[in-house]
Amino acid sequence: MKKDLISITDYSKEEYLRIMELAADFEQNPNQKLLEGKVVASLFFEPSTRTRLSFETAINRLGGRIIGFSDSNSSSVTKGETLHDTIRMVSNYADLIVMRHPLEGSARYASEVSSVPIINAGDGANQHPTQTLLDMYSIMKTQGRLDNINIFMVGDLKYGRTVHSLLMALSQFENPIFNFIAPDELQMPEEYKIYLREKGIRFFEHREFTDIISEADIVYMTRVQKERFSDPIEYEQVKNVYILRNSMLANTKPNMRILHPLPRVNEIHTDVDKNEKAYYFDQALNGVFAREAIIAHTLSLK
Amino acid sequence: MSDKIKKKLKLKVSAISEGTVIDHIPSENLFKVISILELDKTTNMITFGANLDSEQQGSKAIIKVSNQFFANDDINRIALIAPNAKLNIIRDYEVVEKKVVEVPDQVIGIVKCFNPKCITNNEDVLTSFKVTSKSPLALKCKYCEKITHQHQMVIK
Ligand SMILES: [Zn+2]
Repeated sequence: MKKDLISITDYSKEEYLRIMELAADFEQNPNQKLLEGKVVASLFFEPSTRTRLSFETAINRLGGRIIGFSDSNSSSVTKGETLHDTIRMVSNYADLIVMRHPLEGSARYASEVSSVPIINAGDGANQHPTQTLLDMYSIMKTQGRLDNINIFMVGDLKYGRTVHSLLMALSQFENPIFNFIAPDELQMPEEYKIYLREKGIRFFEHREFTDIISEADIVYMTRVQKERFSDPIEYEQVKNVYILRNSMLANTKPNMRILHPLPRVNEIHTDVDKNEKAYYFDQALNGVFAREAIIAHTLSLK
Repeated sequence: MSDKIKKKLKLKVSAISEGTVIDHIPSENLFKVISILELDKTTNMITFGANLDSEQQGSKAIIKVSNQFFANDDINRIALIAPNAKLNIIRDYEVVEKKVVEVPDQVIGIVKCFNPKCITNNEDVLTSFKVTSKSPLALKCKYCEKITHQHQMVIK
């Protein structure tokens, strides 16, 4: 059976650990010609330069060939071709399909239509599992473990798919502690809190972003986006409340690291960038190793 | 109720010798039930009545299908639109078995996903849901992973 990666919950705990192990191996030795003679389709139905370059770097380092498009304007999609037909055609050409699409559930549907594995590089606001795996790899690298992590998630916890997926993934490990810091309009959805309660996992909710982060192993920052607010005045009130500044890091633990899926707007002040606890730029580089690992795992190359 | 009235009520929909009687269908969903059970494609004799008086639900519909019997999985597909439906299995004019419908664990087709950005609302994809709660109903879309709640449910 082909192994797709559509949602973060498609992987077991063992598979998460396997990806961590493979990513570490690719970090040591990034150029391994495991995809020699193979064709990978990179189908970006909506542009995302950051994610696409990360994937295409991973494919190149593995020695694979790339076909595809970087936005739907340069593809048959503009001629009205259905996703079904595009995937049927491309799965005849390629050994693996990496796809990003604005519609939610598009990747799951593609995996049913395709004869080759699909890796979801983002389906609308739904899932972006490779981001989560690179987040996990960043936690593993900086903390040396995925168990017993005290994580503070800050900003847009309502619509932020990266925090939802990371919550689901870390919940598979021993004794995580979740701390949520968000404005009223952007609280962690009830379904995730129910999930944590059912699993007996501790979580705390905060409105204010202060030195409570002194307990944190990881501070995971997200963007608070203007378009999420029904009332623009409300956005103006909160947009400057959830900003991380260097002065707030004085009492934090030495092992603490700051993650952010990038790009940032103003939620991390630039005065944090020089602090050794700022990890978000390294986190982006980890994406290439994590994606090499995911591709190798998906095609059972290692 | 007098015997005469009882007899009159019985005659509203004629009796069958072998087959299934589906009773207590909300009148407004009669044709949806017919379509879900694909009774519009059968060659068996069907009679149905709608807007009949019902003590339980005001106005009900009833379907009688001759020589046809339904598997539980098939009949449970109507649970979303006819939750109180009752089935009488008829053999030689006698009711030999009674069944009630039950909300299944999985719903395929029938319901639309409430999420306008879901692939199932943008391309010709059969919907598929995992039932996460039976009362009140909550259906988790296999594709976009969002939950459609009872008050958001639209029957296709
Ligand atoms: Zn859906």
